[in-house]
Amino acid sequence: MAIVLDALSWAMLVGGALFVLIGGIGALRMPDFFTRMHASSLTDSLGPMLVLGGLALQSGWSLETVKVLAILLFLLITGPTATYALGHAASVAGLKGGTREYRASDPREPRA
Amino acid sequence: MIVVFSLFLLSLLVVTAIAIVRSENLFSAVMLSGIFSLLMALNFFILDAADVALTEAAVGAGVSTVLLLGALALTPTEERRRKRERKVAATLVTVTMIFLAISYASFDQPRIGDPDAPVHRHVAPWYLEQTPELIDIPNVVTAVLGSFRGYDTLGEVYVVLTAGIGVLFLLSAGRPGLLPHRREPRIESSLKSHLIPHVVGRVLIPFIVLFGLYVQFHGEYGPGGGFQAGAIIAAGIILFALLEGEGAALKVLPPRVLVGLAIGGALLYLLVGVACMLLGGNFLDYSVLAADPVTGQQIGIILIELGVGLAVTGTLLSIFHAFAAREQ
Repeated sequence: MAIVLDALSWAMLVGGALFVLIGGIGALRMPDFFTRMHASSLTDSLGPMLVLGGLALQSGWSLETVKVLAILLFLLITGPTATYALGHAASVAGLKGGTREYRASDPREPRA
Repeated sequence: MIVVFSLFLLSLLVVTAIAIVRSENLFSAVMLSGIFSLLMALNFFILDAADVALTEAAVGAGVSTVLLLGALALTPTEERRRKRERKVAATLVTVTMIFLAISYASFDQPRIGDPDAPVHRHVAPWYLEQTPELIDIPNVVTAVLGSFRGYDTLGEVYVVLTAGIGVLFLLSAGRPGLLPHRREPRIESSLKSHLIPHVVGRVLIPFIVLFGLYVQFHGEYGPGGGFQAGAIIAAGIILFALLEGEGAALKVLPPRVLVGLAIGGALLYLLVGVACMLLGGNFLDYSVLAADPVTGQQIGIILIELGVGLAVTGTLLSIFHAFAAREQ
């Protein structure tokens, strides 16, 4: 039982780290602001879920688990809110999605 | 492993510092300085200074970023471009000299964590041995800060208060009557129209304030104390002001009350010291506050930490409102 829990928690930890890494690569490599935000924000919710879940499995039924779950709840509430605020601010400030080439090929866009 | 991690964090600190200096957009400079504070908090945490890390995260990354943004609303967001002669040679010489001086000084430094280092052989062992006996609280940092070195902490509180008074004077210069008889804000700036941040923020505020109270009164047992708690509670109320508009926050805590909190907290600290003198002890020697000296010490520390918390909350919020009042 302990071995199963340990293996499961490590799988979650490694998986979470992988998602955070993918989010980081996406934030660097995606072509424009909104897709970058998309890449980093989705993995920012899934990554901590897996990492903190793995940590909770490591610590078993204890006060630490409750604290870890409280942190997870906080992150799950604040992360998407921050993403929304960021995206909303960008859209209010008039930031357009898409790369320059894409916008140039879009017939709906006024030609600059 | 921890060495690799600290090296990584320290290099990130240097990169962020250079980015702050080079950035011409003041807004991104403010954001970078918030990131700098967060990295600094992580560094403190790696060095096992959880109390300092908590303060740095709350004040550096939280409150001071908001204050800098408030200041930014009064200025253009771009740094003014001016023709400056680039004194490359002079800069290089200065930087090299400082680098050499610091490197030379670092040769004499003991290794990190060396138990024979002078800092660990001076008064620290005495504090560690005597805290269970004299004060009997688990967190030695609080014992040192509140009791053994109570004078220093008293000085720190008055530095905070003085800084707050200075900022209030500077910001209300030429505008008599800003405090405490302030005119009503004309523009009701709030995030009420932004539904999601508004709802989420309202849910979070009680927990932030509750966490602040926990940090305040749990300081004897875990990392925390008045400075951290004051900053966290102030951050929660600033969040309220951002969500509901400054007027709503001022209705809950008017400027008069905030200034009263700041001064009252500082006075509470001082009065605890005076009370010790009146009861026949030395200034800030809490042992005389109760029949049992250990209980007296604990009562004294709780009282002065309360004073610190009130003073920090009051000062930070007064400064915030002073900036916000200028924006309108």
